[in-house]
Amino acid sequence: MKTLVWVEHDGKAVKDATLAVVTAAAKLGEVHLLVAGSGVDGVAKEAAAIAGVGKVHVADNAAFGHNLPENIAPLVAELMASHDAFLAPATTTGKNIAPRVAALLDVMQISEILSVEGPKTFTRPIYAGNAIATVESSDAKLVLTVRGTAFEKAATSGGSGTVEAVSAGGDAGISSFVGAEIAKSERPELTSAKIIVSGGRALGSSEKYEEVIVPLADKLGAALGASRAAVDAGYVPNDYQVGQTGKIVAPQVYFAIGISGAIQHLAGMKDSKTIVAINKDEDAPIFQVADFGLVADLFNAVPELTQRLGD
Amino acid sequence: MKILVPVKRVLDYNVKPRVKADGTGVDLANVKMSMNPFDEIGVEEAIRLKEKGVATEIVAVSVGPAKAQETLRTALAMGADRAILVQTDDAVEPLAIAKILKGIADAEQPGLVILGKQAIDDDNNQTGQMLAALTGWAQGTFASAVNVEGDSVNVTREVDGGLETVKLKLPAIVTTDLRLNEPRYASLPNIMKAKSKPLDTKTPTDYGVDTAPRVKVVKVSEPAARSAGMKVADVDELVAKLKAMGVHS
Ligand SMILES: Cc1cc2nc3c(=O)[nH]c(=O)nc-3n(C[C@H](O)[C@H](O)[C@H](O)COP(=O)(O)OP(=O)(O)OC[C@H]3O[C@@H](n4cnc5c(N)ncnc54)[C@H](O)[C@@H]3O)c2cc1C
Ligand SMILES: Nc1ncnc2c1ncn2[C@@H]1O[C@H](COP(=O)(O)O)[C@@H](O)[C@H]1O
Repeated sequence: MKTLVWVEHDGKAVKDATLAVVTAAAKLGEVHLLVAGSGVDGVAKEAAAIAGVGKVHVADNAAFGHNLPENIAPLVAELMASHDAFLAPATTTGKNIAPRVAALLDVMQISEILSVEGPKTFTRPIYAGNAIATVESSDAKLVLTVRGTAFEKAATSGGSGTVEAVSAGGDAGISSFVGAEIAKSERPELTSAKIIVSGGRALGSSEKYEEVIVPLADKLGAALGASRAAVDAGYVPNDYQVGQTGKIVAPQVYFAIGISGAIQHLAGMKDSKTIVAINKDEDAPIFQVADFGLVADLFNAVPELTQRLGD
Repeated sequence: MKILVPVKRVLDYNVKPRVKADGTGVDLANVKMSMNPFDEIGVEEAIRLKEKGVATEIVAVSVGPAKAQETLRTALAMGADRAILVQTDDAVEPLAIAKILKGIADAEQPGLVILGKQAIDDDNNQTGQMLAALTGWAQGTFASAVNVEGDSVNVTREVDGGLETVKLKLPAIVTTDLRLNEPRYASLPNIMKAKSKPLDTKTPTDYGVDTAPRVKVVKVSEPAARSAGMKVADVDELVAKLKAMGVHS
């Protein structure tokens, strides 16, 4: 089987999310990559070095600069004439593009696969991960999105893919990019961090989040996360949200601080290796999944913890 | 401008899903069902656009069993003008839903279709994007703001790194994210009024759509259970545990 993997990048470098997709694709067959964008020579070189990659298709065109699905999906659909499976990471970009490709190919997409069970058989979470479905496609071609935390990352070196320019596609003329507010941060990214410190509604304000959660994360070199309640209340930006409709994370250690543990939140973090919960309610559902639970007022416990971890 | 709002009847988000013992799916017998939360946000957004004078008519659509009428009545009680039930007892996949919605869009000629970003039962997150492909329209997925200006719409999207705004030519497809708005509750008088609003019943074959599944569900199982660990007595004990794992500054 020949697979085509969507390379997620920021114009300069391949994003980590791509690497798990390469691993999933390699379980199906030959791995080809698609690098689409504007001025992406560097990204293409980096992509070609990923272990196990055969060919890298490079579509360099201003119309592909901002991942507009109206422009990208027809390009992918055209390349799929000579591939059997299209795989994209289950990121907001992948989720935006892949179903549009699937419909152009008249294929039912299989979303957020967790494992490859056979050439057409996969597992995927449903009901916010409260059930796992094993599903088998009967379509002639496959369109899959891949949950990043469910597959090992392919090595970023050792590959020797051949780079091939693609001239297909262009501007469909129905959409344009206006602007973005992308947070710049020195911290590790949520989805690849080893440690995550998340705060919930209990914080009460953005000032308290800064004062209580951030120092602990600083001390541990951790990424910052939050529950939906904390995001909705404006304590932190939307891209901090962990959960069914936010980011899916699986760090070595996840701190849930002042978070009750609603199923929608658990859906995003219950595959973390170790879960630490601090909550003043001893019956909070978060304690049912926590490896270490501390029943305490977070405003006392967290500053103390931050201090003591440095001792 | 007319707005089409597809709404799905799903297990209420407060109910803990239980996997059936025979592994065929999740038990939906005698449990509370509600409108998919993202679709409530879609209905609310359509109503706000109508209140602003941007939209003139809101048509709610659901594909599902006779009971999905209740979901449509909820949309009507919130403020939709009329409803279409495409009735079927089969489980219909996003691709077929999108084809049915394409048929309805051809007949109704809406300026906007506002869907939820995902249905919280199957968590597919596909239908809006697929409908956009089939109609050839632009798509603004995961919307946290929608502003119609003349013959285009600016959609602010919640993306992994933050927010992004795109400008789409109308007609267009929008899918809602959680922070787009906070849906209203239907008032009692509006619930009464909704009972007499028009609700048409159709079938998938009316739109020439074959709903036979492309993806077979082999089995549905419980996720690996995570056993609760231990409670630590105080910060000292927690620090000791963390340091034992190598977590310290
Ligand atoms: C369709 C849908 C999708 C959703 N998606 C997500 C998602 O992706 N992610 C997500 O997180 N949520 C999501 N939610 C929301 C979810 O249902 C919960 O409402 C949310 O997770 C609650 O956030 P919280 O735990 O911070 O707040 P709460 O549930 O209010 O919990 C606050 C906790 O803090 C504790 N507390 C209070 N004061 C203190 C103190 N001083 N010290 C210690 N503990 C204290 C309380 O005991 C309580 O347990 C979604 C909901 C819906 C309907
Ligand atoms: N059976 C259905 N009837 C009406 N709308 C639906 C149906 N299934 C999905 N949708 C719409 O498509 C959105 C995304 O669903 P999904 O792609 O299944 O996650 C939902 O939020 C609804 O707006």
